[in-house]
Amino acid sequence: MKLAFWKSALGSPAGRALLALLLVIMAGAIFNADGAFFKIGTHRDTLRQTSVYGILACGMTLVIISGGIDLAVGSVLALAAVCASKMAIHWNWPAWEVVPGCLAVGTACGALSGIVTAGLRVQPFIATLSMMVFARGIAKYASGGMKVSTVVQNADGSYRNVEVPPLFRAIDHSIFHGNVSVVTVIFLVCVAIAWVALSKHRWGRYLYAIGGNEEAARLSGVPVVGAKICAYVASGIFAAVAGICQAAQEQQGDPEAGVGYELLAIAMVVIGGTSLMGGRGGIGLTLIGVLTIGYLDKILSINAVPEAGRLVLTGIIIVAAVLTQRRGRT
Amino acid sequence: MGLSNDSSPLVRLIGITKRFGQVAVLQDVNFEGLPGELHVLAGENGAGKSTLIKILAGIHTDFQGRIEIDGREARPRSPLEAAALGIAVIHQELSLIGPMSVADNIFLGRTPARAGFVRHAEQNDSALHWVRQLGLEIDVRQPVEKFPVATRQLIEIAKALSQNARVIVMDEPTSALNAPEVNTLFGLIESLKSRGCCVIYITHKMEEIGRIADRITVLRDGQCVGVAPAAELPPAKLIQWMVGRDLGEQFPRHTPRSGAELLRLENFSVFPSGLSSRAAVDTVSLSVRAGEVLGIGGLQGSGASELFLGLFGAYGALTQGRMFLSNTQRRFASPRQAIAAGVALLTNDRKATGLVLSMSVCANATLAGLPALSPGGWRRPSREWAAAKAMTAPMRLPDSTLEMEAGALSGGSQQKVALAKCLQCRPKLLMLDEPTRGIDVGAKREIYQLVEQWTAEGIAILLITSEMPELLTLSDRIAVLHRGRVTAEFPQGRATPEAILAAAMGQSIAE
Repeated sequence: MKLAFWKSALGSPAGRALLALLLVIMAGAIFNADGAFFKIGTHRDTLRQTSVYGILACGMTLVIISGGIDLAVGSVLALAAVCASKMAIHWNWPAWEVVPGCLAVGTACGALSGIVTAGLRVQPFIATLSMMVFARGIAKYASGGMKVSTVVQNADGSYRNVEVPPLFRAIDHSIFHGNVSVVTVIFLVCVAIAWVALSKHRWGRYLYAIGGNEEAARLSGVPVVGAKICAYVASGIFAAVAGICQAAQEQQGDPEAGVGYELLAIAMVVIGGTSLMGGRGGIGLTLIGVLTIGYLDKILSINAVPEAGRLVLTGIIIVAAVLTQRRGRT
Repeated sequence: MGLSNDSSPLVRLIGITKRFGQVAVLQDVNFEGLPGELHVLAGENGAGKSTLIKILAGIHTDFQGRIEIDGREARPRSPLEAAALGIAVIHQELSLIGPMSVADNIFLGRTPARAGFVRHAEQNDSALHWVRQLGLEIDVRQPVEKFPVATRQLIEIAKALSQNARVIVMDEPTSALNAPEVNTLFGLIESLKSRGCCVIYITHKMEEIGRIADRITVLRDGQCVGVAPAAELPPAKLIQWMVGRDLGEQFPRHTPRSGAELLRLENFSVFPSGLSSRAAVDTVSLSVRAGEVLGIGGLQGSGASELFLGLFGAYGALTQGRMFLSNTQRRFASPRQAIAAGVALLTNDRKATGLVLSMSVCANATLAGLPALSPGGWRRPSREWAAAKAMTAPMRLPDSTLEMEAGALSGGSQQKVALAKCLQCRPKLLMLDEPTRGIDVGAKREIYQLVEQWTAEGIAILLITSEMPELLTLSDRIAVLHRGRVTAEFPQGRATPEAILAAAMGQSIAE
């Protein structure tokens, strides 16, 4: 009976993804760096450091389930970070104007990607690659190629230091006696929103249908173009949220931020067990994937493994995780 | 004809049996082709012609029986081995690689090279030699995709010639050609024959058989009906050979009912690959009444499936002519609009275009009706479940299958799920394209009973089926398409298999 339980648990993608996470955490318990792994602060930091990637992975999950890919999220994050800093630091906008403003920027980027790929039928890889370059350019244009920080130039050419805006301080803060970061809470809210969209709303069902068999979906009356555009818009919005968080944590808007983040977000989605071919997967799996990569990186860093080794090991582990996922499917 | 009796066969297939799972698609089939003859392989859809060709071409290697080439036993294990044996197959869907040059295509897999480096000049010279043999004056360095389909067909033949093929199989080679191109092709076939090649020719056009056939082998339901010189097999007899099975009483007799006219098409044309290209459906006019089954007869390439897709809005604006639904003129720009107007389509390939195999049965069955089941966008799982159950229960799909992945079901059950999806939006007009393809007898019978039940409820049904008995028993009336045009229409009880097949092969019927 026990065997049957394990068999069925490992037969599902969620079971296999959880097993991978469990192995990583066990490794952490063994190589605990003199008890550092058992401190609550370690876990708080792990979650804080992976939250920005996790938010990107939420949007990426929606797009990948619909059979697409979004390479632009890292650039959109940088653009949103620059915009947020510009609005909050330079222009002194209040939070209730900064946040909708940045989300509008993300929406516009996502809508453009979506229209080009779903409406004009450019391959998603190409369409979002273009958006990746385009958004990076806009970010540099908006920031003048420099970091938008609290050091502000006066009219006479001298510099002054302005106060960190309250929005940034609120986000880069910990609650529950300092045990949980606000960005982690934002990440979990994003997961919840994506979960509701995927499993409680008609649109989620449409995304699965399009990713599983686009032609069958179209012939069943699914509004394929609209549903796909919405997926890219959602990805753009999540990227903007991640950008605001990034700006708050760094207290500046760096137009060079987020380079390569899109690949990490894709890796997190895939490690969870969502199929890159579309049609299969879920946001719960992505949550597991985010935690797996986050903890893996943390455990390697508390054990003082140099960055070179960390990258090599992470690469190997991503392939291993995906191979296990594939074996289970056939 | 000019065949001497002592010429020994160039190719012989002896006692070929091929099964797909439990189903035998070829049973003990014999075939022989003589040098210098054009041998037509005739039969209805699903008679086993393509399977036989694929065995000869080394695509199906798992079969019983023997193949002899020039009297020596051979067993091609791959298309490459078949080519080495002198067998070339010119498939219906051309097997050329568009962006590569004509010369590259002709010598694909046999590229002349020294130390791995392609010798372009040599390749181009010999490619030019072969295309000139066919009377083609083209630049062989140009990519294949730049040439019209007819030229590509000839390039394909040049490729076969360059392999020194002696047995050349042509599967409906004229389907994309116009009259002068057909003449060129037939001239070429004559010269192939005079060189001692054996041409095995598959066609659904009676006129072509009359023009070029030397001998004819007829297949029916995977068995060889007979071989005869073309002169001894006039069209009427050929059709009798192709059809001649007793229809049996294995199907429930359909009791005709008819109400008000539900659908009327006036000069309806469909252009799947653009308005400037050839019409797949050409000025078709027909009508169906509520509670009536209009069967659409036709062989491969008749345009029947395109008619359904065009009507359903799947080609968007690529249709012409007028369509009236309950006496209101309509034109659907997308399947979504068609579904909203009470039209449902069961596609002919449930795996490719019917179902989302990675989703559950319940999700598939409710996919088309989801807007009504999720008011405000929010899903109501219990409503979906109830709706799926209400549709699948009459089809005797157990509740336990509802949460299974559609891909895990048998063909018959998948077909029922696809039907459930169609019916979920309570259609007034139901278009069934090959509703019983690839499913077992029990499931077939159940689907026939469902058709009976739906017409009793007043649903109008358009039916495409390549199975003659099914067409005859399920339909109230039958319209036959040939190359996109209606060539015959039969009222209740007036259709015979022979007349349908003759019309489907392009013979106009004087009723």
